[in-house]
Amino acid sequence: MLKVNNIYKTFNKGTVNEKKALNGVNLELNEGDFVTIIGGNGAGKSTLLNSICGVFTVDRGTVVIDGVDVTKLPEHKRAKYLGRVFQDPMMGTAADMWIEENMSLAFRRGKPRGLKWAITNKERASYREMLSHLGLGLENRLSSKVGLLSGGQRQALTLLMAVMQKPKLLLLDEHTAALDPKTAETVLNLSDRFIKDEGLTAMMITHNMNDAIAHGNKLIMMHEGRIIYSAEGEEKKSLTVDDLLKKFADISGNELANDRMLLSN
Amino acid sequence: MISILSSFAGPVAQGIIWGIMAMGVYITFRILDVADLTVDGSMATGGVTLVVLVTGGMHVGLALVIAFLVGCVAGLVTGVFHTKFGIPAILAGILTQLILYSVNLRITTQRSNVPLSVDKYHILISLRHLTNAIIVSAIFAAVIIAVMYWFFGTELGHSLRATGCNPNMARANGINTDNNKIIGLVISNGLVALSGALLAQYQGFADINMGRGAIVIGLAAVIIGEVLLGKVFKNFALKLLAAVIGGIIYYIVISLVLKAGLNANDLKMFSALVVAVFLGIPYWQRKLAEKRSSKEDKANA
Repeated sequence: MLKVNNIYKTFNKGTVNEKKALNGVNLELNEGDFVTIIGGNGAGKSTLLNSICGVFTVDRGTVVIDGVDVTKLPEHKRAKYLGRVFQDPMMGTAADMWIEENMSLAFRRGKPRGLKWAITNKERASYREMLSHLGLGLENRLSSKVGLLSGGQRQALTLLMAVMQKPKLLLLDEHTAALDPKTAETVLNLSDRFIKDEGLTAMMITHNMNDAIAHGNKLIMMHEGRIIYSAEGEEKKSLTVDDLLKKFADISGNELANDRMLLSN
Repeated sequence: MISILSSFAGPVAQGIIWGIMAMGVYITFRILDVADLTVDGSMATGGVTLVVLVTGGMHVGLALVIAFLVGCVAGLVTGVFHTKFGIPAILAGILTQLILYSVNLRITTQRSNVPLSVDKYHILISLRHLTNAIIVSAIFAAVIIAVMYWFFGTELGHSLRATGCNPNMARANGINTDNNKIIGLVISNGLVALSGALLAQYQGFADINMGRGAIVIGLAAVIIGEVLLGKVFKNFALKLLAAVIGGIIYYIVISLVLKAGLNANDLKMFSALVVAVFLGIPYWQRKLAEKRSSKEDKANA
């Protein structure tokens, strides 16, 4: 489903701020794989996701989604393959537009947008139905501005929008990090449910190592723009947080001394 | 009483015509979140194009359509500068505005002022027939509101709104934000040029400088409309109507301050200061709210 072949990305090349963000990353996902990604700050986790989305083009290497080489496609043309949820709950929705308007935008991802009326009554009914499954009471607020919703509600809506046109690949970039623990759990469970029910292929960055172990069938650890460790199947299931900390120290020669990661366990 | 009302007929007609221009500004400033300075040029382009075509013997209806299309091209140039040359929107607009100054002089064959006599040519509106001018320009405004309401309710229109509101989200949902910005600038400047073409008929001439400061008048109309009617007018069509009403109020106020003795040459300064203050109000309100909440936090700590 996804093939990332030896990609490199350096930001601000030739300046004092030069930053080698990706240093030869290889990754292959089969249909239905759900990989969790951990690593310290600046390890290249978000850069990896963004290079799959086409937020920027990579310096070297290729990205192939479902047999299509998308390496040179601009962001909006890759969007038809991808569902995305960002860390910032403000990022994934248009605040000044209504809930149903946001959903209709997502519903047309990958389709041409013409001069037909943007929302039909039939669609509206299906949006209401989908929202009711979130269990947040949003089904009665189709014509509320999204900017009036809480961060958790916005994130749940973004998640729904990301999967309502079944994506080839769902990309979750620390999408629960900005939420309070209880809401984060709700959104994470919702993500799990969508991925299972729809049989989605997914990647999830998380700073919470317990979550990284508990969710998905694969786990990768990144450091300095490389994947330094990966586990799947039984090996992944039997991992503990201590294992991961030790693995990190052994391979990188550093402590995974990120307060946020340690405190959240 | 009637004489007072009739003394406002001129400002009302002018206000509606500038209100059409303000709807163009609304599209860029409010929907696309771009301050487009092309309009100072495209306003005059619309005016001189119409006058030259009508005095050359063309039917006024066709001349209006062409003026609109020429304005669209001006918006296209700014859009290409902005999205394909990577030039910041404000500077892209200023560049096109400067280009248009030369283009407008070409259109008028280097004359700075071209007359259009209502006695000699069949035109739609004139300040000599104010009631007619108000009715005709109001019909134009109403039709434009209806078309805009339809357009921004379509799939494409929605994607334009998303582009202005959250470009990251728009791209993540497969929307080509660069193309959408161009489309918005094209429509906006088409409307501005149409307004310029109506204004030239109304005043009986087009002038190379008739668009100078147009952006300020357009913004003033948009902001006055929002401040006075924003709380009641929630529907998109009504928001556009608010911009037109804002234009009318602007011209009534201007006519009053001129009567009160303001030097006409100080008018542009007066308008610019009014716009600066009204743009500042929401910013100051936010600052004040921040101050208050930080005080409360301290009190609670």
